[in-house]
Amino acid sequence: MIEVRDLTKRYGDKLAVDHLTFSVEPGRVTGFLGPNGAGKSTTMRLVLGLDHPTTGTATINGKPYQELANPLRTVGALLEAKSVHSGRSARNHLLFLAQTQGLPKSRVDEVLGLVGLHEVANKRAGSFSLGMSQRLGIAAAMLGNPEFLLLDEPVNGLDPEGVLWIRNLMKQLAAEGRTILVSSHLMNEMAVTADYLIVIGRGKLITQSTTEEVIARSTDTSVRVRSPQAERLGELITAAGGTAKPGENGGRGGAPAPHPGGPGNGAGLLTVTGLPAARIGEIAASASIVLHELTPLASLEEAFMELTSGSVEFGRREPAPVNAAQGSPQ
Amino acid sequence: MTTASVTDRVPSAPSRPAGFGHLLAAEWTKIRSVRSTVWTLILFVVITIGLTALLSWLVASSWTGPHAASRDAQVALDPVGFILGAGLNLGQLTICVLGVLVISTEYSTGVIRASLLAVPKRLPMLAAKGLVLAALLFVVAEVVCFCSFFLGSTILHSRVPVSLSDRNVLRAVIGAGLALTVLGLFSMAIGALIRHTAGAITTAIGVVFVLPILSGLLPGSWGAHVNGYLPEQAGGLVAQAHPPAGGNVLSAWQGFGVFCLWAAVLLVAAAILLRRRDA
Repeated sequence: MIEVRDLTKRYGDKLAVDHLTFSVEPGRVTGFLGPNGAGKSTTMRLVLGLDHPTTGTATINGKPYQELANPLRTVGALLEAKSVHSGRSARNHLLFLAQTQGLPKSRVDEVLGLVGLHEVANKRAGSFSLGMSQRLGIAAAMLGNPEFLLLDEPVNGLDPEGVLWIRNLMKQLAAEGRTILVSSHLMNEMAVTADYLIVIGRGKLITQSTTEEVIARSTDTSVRVRSPQAERLGELITAAGGTAKPGENGGRGGAPAPHPGGPGNGAGLLTVTGLPAARIGEIAASASIVLHELTPLASLEEAFMELTSGSVEFGRREPAPVNAAQGSPQ
Repeated sequence: MTTASVTDRVPSAPSRPAGFGHLLAAEWTKIRSVRSTVWTLILFVVITIGLTALLSWLVASSWTGPHAASRDAQVALDPVGFILGAGLNLGQLTICVLGVLVISTEYSTGVIRASLLAVPKRLPMLAAKGLVLAALLFVVAEVVCFCSFFLGSTILHSRVPVSLSDRNVLRAVIGAGLALTVLGLFSMAIGALIRHTAGAITTAIGVVFVLPILSGLLPGSWGAHVNGYLPEQAGGLVAQAHPPAGGNVLSAWQGFGVFCLWAAVLLVAAAILLRRRDA
């Protein structure tokens, strides 16, 4: 298990990772979702011991990365930034990594075969296309047959075949009981790859739950209804084809819901899905049911956008003055 | 693209930590698998031996006798120092470049991330890299220094006969190779500290070539002392059999020791920063 506890990383006056706490369980693909600049790469670098955290800890099987004996045999990582000398052949790149772990030379050829690079193994890595570079990165990550895999935006720049290949590979590796953490800024990609999602924005945890739940929340717009006759209303809603659940349903994670501070919070409260707010109002009116509240709730994706849009690194809200448009480096 | 081999357990040992020998093998793979190593060493050989031959021939063919020309007097006083210096004054530049490149290109290409993921304690990686570089440079530099000496002494033989059995000559030839090895480590430390190829090469060359010129402008014995303790000036003493009288504040091996100390201080600084800095 990968455990991140209260992890914080500050660069100058910018908080790249802000008191992040989560854990990544074995046997499933965990998606690490957030817009560009949300702190995904930084978090991975902190877990891998490349950067030193300002506060907090990150452990793998209970140990900091630095204390793993042959780290590549426990953890494989594909980082977004390149980490290959353009003048060195793919085989020599993998060979030196294998040697550091005391792995046999034959393992280099195995992983080259695994990613389909055996025919270009002796070519300089600088001549590789983006897709081939990603495959070489995967080969390096798989070298030590690790129990843990951290992949930062692995499908970036891949053709559809490559995307499918990585998707299937991750699923297979998870099915073998390994722990997979894969980052992306694309919700659609994560929806078909990950079993569980950790969503961050501006270095903070926004929500974490199973992908199914996140999808359900982001596709079904729900409506919060408060009424003294909630039970009767619930029956009518069900009869009209909607679904009404009592209470502040579904635990909307960390997403903000406008919270009317009225008394008896929870009592007489329904969360309705499958019907628009207007229809619920009509049903209530036709049955002479008093409504105290009727609030359409934003979908998770909208909430995600709302939470993160103010923090997206290359802000899309106001065009910055031309000379200041470079933004901060990521 | 079989996915079957994914599931194969890795053959061989359980998770017994790989030893330092494995790290040496890995660093050897790194240094031999890039063209810059080969090119800088070829340049080193060509420049050093070529200039030794050229300058020795020029001196021999325009020989007017040690009493007539001060240059000839200097050559007659310390023929081995002249022969080695003829090629190495410029040839040592390539050693600076190679020393910087072995670490700075890890940063410019991003390989440093792969290296540190493999060796997260970091210092063993730097130590292995330094040892492999030193071993390679020692072998190449000694071979080149001996070749230079034999070539230069053959050309100069009719004017100033000099042989390995003359006093201090063997020490100067071996010492020149040792000083080049330390220069490589010195440059590697600068590369590790600065982490940018161009900046680090400029710095290394500045220290080796420009500082002695600047310190030469300092007045009196004060200037001589500063000059004598500069890395390249101190390290160069060991490659001379009979340094020109006056102005030397250190003996040959003392000078070499001072040069080693310079390199050691920079390597320790590089090691501390490697541990502390984000990669």
